[in-house]
Amino acid sequence: MSEDIAIKVEGVSKEFKLPYDKATSLKSSLINFVRHKRDYELSKALDDISFEVKKGEFFGIVGRNGGGKSTLLKVISGIYTPTKGSVHVNGKLTPFIELGVGFNPELSGRENVYLNGALLGFNRAEMSVMYKDIVSFAELEKFMDQKLKNYSSGMQVRLAFSIAIRAKSDILVMDEVLAVGDASFQKKCFDVFRRLKKEGRTIILVTHDMGNVERFCERVLVIDQGKTLSITNPAEASSIYSRLNVENGLESVREDIANNKVVKHRYGDGGVTVESVKLTSEGKETDVISFGKSFHIEINLKRDKQHHKSPIVCGLAFHNEDDVKVAGPNTQQSKVDPLSNKLTFSVDSLIFGPGEYQLTLAIFDEGGINAYDFLERWVTFSVITDHAVNGLVDMGGSWK
Amino acid sequence: MKRIFSKQNRALLSELVRTDFKLRYQGSALGYAWSLLRPLLLFIILYIVFVKFLKIGDDVPHYPVYLLLGIVMWNFFLELTMQGLGSVVGRGDLIRKISIPRWIIVVSSSIGALINLGLNLIVIAIFTALNHVSISSSIFLIPIPFIEAYTFGLGLSLFLSAAFVKYRDVSYIWEVVLQAGFYATPILYPLSRITNITVQKLILLNPMAQAIQNARYDLVTHQTITTHKIFHGGWHAFIPYVVVLVVLIGGAAYYRNQSRFFAENI
Repeated sequence: MSEDIAIKVEGVSKEFKLPYDKATSLKSSLINFVRHKRDYELSKALDDISFEVKKGEFFGIVGRNGGGKSTLLKVISGIYTPTKGSVHVNGKLTPFIELGVGFNPELSGRENVYLNGALLGFNRAEMSVMYKDIVSFAELEKFMDQKLKNYSSGMQVRLAFSIAIRAKSDILVMDEVLAVGDASFQKKCFDVFRRLKKEGRTIILVTHDMGNVERFCERVLVIDQGKTLSITNPAEASSIYSRLNVENGLESVREDIANNKVVKHRYGDGGVTVESVKLTSEGKETDVISFGKSFHIEINLKRDKQHHKSPIVCGLAFHNEDDVKVAGPNTQQSKVDPLSNKLTFSVDSLIFGPGEYQLTLAIFDEGGINAYDFLERWVTFSVITDHAVNGLVDMGGSWK
Repeated sequence: MKRIFSKQNRALLSELVRTDFKLRYQGSALGYAWSLLRPLLLFIILYIVFVKFLKIGDDVPHYPVYLLLGIVMWNFFLELTMQGLGSVVGRGDLIRKISIPRWIIVVSSSIGALINLGLNLIVIAIFTALNHVSISSSIFLIPIPFIEAYTFGLGLSLFLSAAFVKYRDVSYIWEVVLQAGFYATPILYPLSRITNITVQKLILLNPMAQAIQNARYDLVTHQTITTHKIFHGGWHAFIPYVVVLVVLIGGAAYYRNQSRFFAENI
């Protein structure tokens, strides 16, 4: 294995024996053995997965529930042994399947810190050096001599996370660690991720959150029904993932991938397609718009013969950096029936606060269900301002 | 070998042993004192029943020490295997979520039993002094029976703990086997009470019987019938050692093989 590869997964398959009956007793095994009957069902959780992760890479694994993400993670981490294939790891790997593994409720916070540290490979002397930092990062100075069972779940997570980030591994494998905790905890997580990335550690993140994928990952493995769908960039992965969650999504995505078609943030049956999108402000085409100025989105459509006169619905969505949908105007709500091939959405004075926004456009049929053309996060623009905006938007208004 | 005793593994092992030890008598008023009280109380009961009422052991010098040593060694073996048996399933949360060397789990539970044995040996030392047992030079051989008992118990623990992951019947079966073993081993009764020499020989082929009798020979009295004595120094006396080695190697091999599937089977 070459030096710049951190993890090499080759043709890994994993089968589980799922017993028909929960009773795992000698008697039932014997009876079934004598009768030549299998008392279990084979279930293939992973099917011939291969990929490489380079050193220093932030690698994502996404997929639907039950698709094999967590199994793959456990195989990489050496918790499960693959039925077929092999995993080579270059360097020390620490898995974080869950925060606070091995925490014992009957022990004090202090004792749990040392125990958890030992699971990460630190001895007592090393833990003593880090102890103060761990406790202060978790903000639990006053509680360390209390039993863990008297901690709130938030306190436990804080303590566990504070220990976890001391891990000196070259490779970190994380499973939805971010799913727990409040907003401020998540922000802490993000900061740590950015730091780890800067330090050049290799990180594998398993997640459902496409926001995190696009924020951190460099390459992404999309897995479904135990098979690799694609190993690609975050944008495409995110789009494959969102298509998977639509009915019949899997077949159409598979087809596109098989035909070597780039799966973009765009799908639809193509009866009516968007030819071009143009943002203008104060009469000029631009992607930097000043707060309070006029703002237009000009859309050019192309219709095929069958849909020459079909009524359509056009919808827009604006997402900010935190993935919050700030606004979502559409023609149906505004009671407009666009029949021509040119459509313009205008605001006289933009009220969005400063920051980066992503524009999603969609052309639907009359009912607003079947997408002719869906352009997800298609255009990015930013808003600038010379005054502070308190909140997502500055709604204006007047006081008396 | 170097990797087995790496700094990380040593740290983990010591922390697991520490945790088990702290948690053992969690919430009990007398705490660690129970480590000593339990075998002592058992000893008192057995002493009253067997020595005072049934008059067994009148012909053995220093019978109380002789009896206590047997009880302590058997209890050590019992604790070693029972705790070892449940250790892997008991640590299921760790096994399913992180990748630690699997052998650490059984070894840490066996060290817990060793610590308890150490505490009990203090009691034996006190009894030995109170009973005016005259110590001979054979005392230097006494580590051997303890090593034999530990190795035997560890090998069994490896096998039992791995089997227990798959079949929960194992714990019930093992309890019965231990119960039978308690009577098949000369713990309460002096071996001389059994008059049939063939049965004596068979009993002494059991590694635990050999270990207990050897320890008694080394510490208490040279009257003790040992495996070595009964086979007149023949090669048969080594059969129990071979059994111990086979159990250890077989147990370790089975454990190693099964440990790859612990995470999914627990």
